[in-house]
Amino acid sequence: MEKINFDQLQEELYHEKLPNGLNVYILPKKGFNKTYATFTTKYGSVDNTFVPLGKEEFVTVPDGIAHFLEHKLFEKEDGDVFQQFSRQGASANAFTSFTRTAYLFSSTSDVEKNLETLVDFVQDPYFSEKTVEKEKGIIGQEITMYDDNPDWRLYFGLIQNLYKNHPVKIDIAGTIESISHITKDWLYECYNTFYHPSNMLLFIVGPVDPERFMTQVRDNQAKKEYKDMPEIKRKFDEEPSDAAEKKQVLQMNVQTSKCLVGIKALHVNQSGNEMLKNELTMNVLLDLLFGKSSANFEQLYNEGLIDETFSYDYTQEQGFGFAMIGGDTGEPDQLAEKLEKMLIEAKNGASFTEEQLERTKKKKIGAFLRAVNSPEYIANQFTRYAFNDMNLFDVVPTLEKITLKDVQSLASEVISEERFSVCQVIPKNKK
Amino acid sequence: MEGAVEKVIEMQGYKLHIVETDKYKTNTFVWRMKAPLTKEDVTKRALLPQVLQSSTAQYSSTTALRSYLDELYGATLFVDLAKKGEYHVMSFSLEIANEKFLSDSEPLLKKGFELLAEVLTKPNTSGNAFDKDTVEKEKRTLKQRIQSVYDDKMRYSNVRLLEEMCKGEPYALQVNGEAQDVDAITPENLYEFYKQVFLEDEMDLYIIGDVKEEEVKKFASELLQFENRKPKECAKQAVSKTEKVNEVKEQQDVKQGKLNMGYRTNIVYGDPDYFALQVFNGIFGGFSHSKLFINVREKASLAYYAASRLESHKGLMMVMSGIDLKNYDQAVGIINEQMEAMKNGDFTDQELDQTKAVIQNQILETIDTSRGLTEILYHNVISDSDISLDTWLSEMQKTTKEEITAVAKKIELDTIYFLTGSEAGA
Repeated sequence: MEKINFDQLQEELYHEKLPNGLNVYILPKKGFNKTYATFTTKYGSVDNTFVPLGKEEFVTVPDGIAHFLEHKLFEKEDGDVFQQFSRQGASANAFTSFTRTAYLFSSTSDVEKNLETLVDFVQDPYFSEKTVEKEKGIIGQEITMYDDNPDWRLYFGLIQNLYKNHPVKIDIAGTIESISHITKDWLYECYNTFYHPSNMLLFIVGPVDPERFMTQVRDNQAKKEYKDMPEIKRKFDEEPSDAAEKKQVLQMNVQTSKCLVGIKALHVNQSGNEMLKNELTMNVLLDLLFGKSSANFEQLYNEGLIDETFSYDYTQEQGFGFAMIGGDTGEPDQLAEKLEKMLIEAKNGASFTEEQLERTKKKKIGAFLRAVNSPEYIANQFTRYAFNDMNLFDVVPTLEKITLKDVQSLASEVISEERFSVCQVIPKNKK
Repeated sequence: MEGAVEKVIEMQGYKLHIVETDKYKTNTFVWRMKAPLTKEDVTKRALLPQVLQSSTAQYSSTTALRSYLDELYGATLFVDLAKKGEYHVMSFSLEIANEKFLSDSEPLLKKGFELLAEVLTKPNTSGNAFDKDTVEKEKRTLKQRIQSVYDDKMRYSNVRLLEEMCKGEPYALQVNGEAQDVDAITPENLYEFYKQVFLEDEMDLYIIGDVKEEEVKKFASELLQFENRKPKECAKQAVSKTEKVNEVKEQQDVKQGKLNMGYRTNIVYGDPDYFALQVFNGIFGGFSHSKLFINVREKASLAYYAASRLESHKGLMMVMSGIDLKNYDQAVGIINEQMEAMKNGDFTDQELDQTKAVIQNQILETIDTSRGLTEILYHNVISDSDISLDTWLSEMQKTTKEEITAVAKKIELDTIYFLTGSEAGA
């Protein structure tokens, strides 16, 4: 077990890679009541075309299967794992993203038992035709719930505008039609391919003794038999660098219009420090451009084009990425036009000052400190960073090194009209 | 329990609550102002915090104020509103980095405190009025905020349930006020109102973090001083017993129906059977092992979510579920059966023990965040009681099956609200 110290943050991280390939991290947090643990596989909704374990040909699986699998892993022959967690005073959950599926619990007592339950239930699948059919009704309602949610439709609509081929454009839960094709055999095929310990990461954060917990996990894994795993083969079609569609307008049962402007990212094959620097620089750029202390924000707010729902965000993963800017607005076309104009000005060298950059960096450093108050943030983000060969605890030193030149050159490179797209939600009876 | 010991100090015009803990990398301030919920004031109270946080005398534009917050290592400042029983509570929260985790250590606690005091006591005014442009902008934003409830169907159906169920009671008012009352607010009358609330509201300041009591007290007495007051109490309303369940169906263009059922628990925070009510709610619908989740979702496959939650100070319980339009009768039937089961004591010792364990866990987890801790501690202010967390947890653990069944028998279904699609046969 190795120990890594972060002196400035006054944190210690323990790490061990087990013989079966599982990476285990433990971060002791004194003073907290709760222990939070996540057990995550590097497998999400985008991994829909791959060579199944033991086979040679690529297959494409039904949309929404990673998420379906996440639901079904909780059900065992003798009942529901949720019940067992709550008997042990824990609250359990799971989520599926584009690139990850995470299972987690938090508890303030019986932590060893809960950890054992977490690791064991994820490593012991039980799928049957009957329970698979039953789940289709539940997930069907989850899908319908999102169908009625204008913010979700707006977000996904924009991704669909930006991407032509990449499976990031497929809704994580799939559709009612696509999940109807899911069978227990498909679930086992996905499970066997992606849930090998060498494709997974266990993170434990809380008032725990690292030595004891590491021993527990080590012993637990030693009892289970895993064959060495060949490298997982995933396939993604070639994706053009331009946005697939310029604009999409969704008419929905809403009273307030919504508008998001997106930029399709460049450099989506990065990993490690290069990726960390790129995504932090992109975040700094967006902050400089649209943060609450920016001239652009003030202008848009004063003109009544945006309200408190205005936000911006940058996502980058292996093979895809996008920036999104916008929110509720009375004038979706005008807002889109203004945002695009502001972006183009930044591309053409709108001048940011050293002072603004320093302020933005301070803001982001403070935000990082706030974030590491949260065990959930640490576990989830550390895992995401690790799957991209980055280290969460490099965020502050990397931020400190970003220069005005870095920001300006990224702006001139990544901002481009060909990669812009707009998605709007407008009230149904108003065209 | 780690980091949850509250020290309460009577200050001039408000109470100071200090929780000293070194578990966070930031220090948190929460300033709360409470007054009875009334139709007359609710919209002004919704607007006022927004105006105060958008600029101040010294930082006279949003850009100036927000730039200063960035400068203070991204200190966060935000306001929010809540209905707690029949009170309306405005909160101003400021969270600022603890400089011991930064490479250059400028003292931030005092600066944070000064900024909070500036926001509260030195607004951006001209004469006896708030800055006109600020008020106009924030009025526009408030109107949008009120309107946006319609677009989030889960929230909308909950708001509609309360409107129907609590007709004629202050609790029916929306937390953000009413759109038609926004226009009548002027920079002058809002300023007048501002002076009034700082004279009359019950005010509490929570400070949580690695702070020293003496130092915090000194800052507080230098920076925040008000007239002493006797807080207004809301009139205890006798709610007429429901003769017949009120059933409301509303049609809109939605794919999923939203079923919301409102109950009168006839029990509020501070009552002796409040702890049994908490356990009741946990067995019935609070968690993923509860009867609602198991029977509506897992067994009948009708919903993705089916849960209940309590409003502790008003004495309400709300059940919510998203279902297919055609399954209304079946879902309501299953939910009613679960309630009957509770009244008949039809739950196992295992359900009881597991619920207590999960509630205990939930409370301990909540107090791990500074925000969650202030929420829990503030219950005592609202209900004018003094229940420590230890008491809360041990009383909850002591609850018996008989007490829970007795609680179940006090609970009455009042209103069923269903937001249904246009093609529903229901």
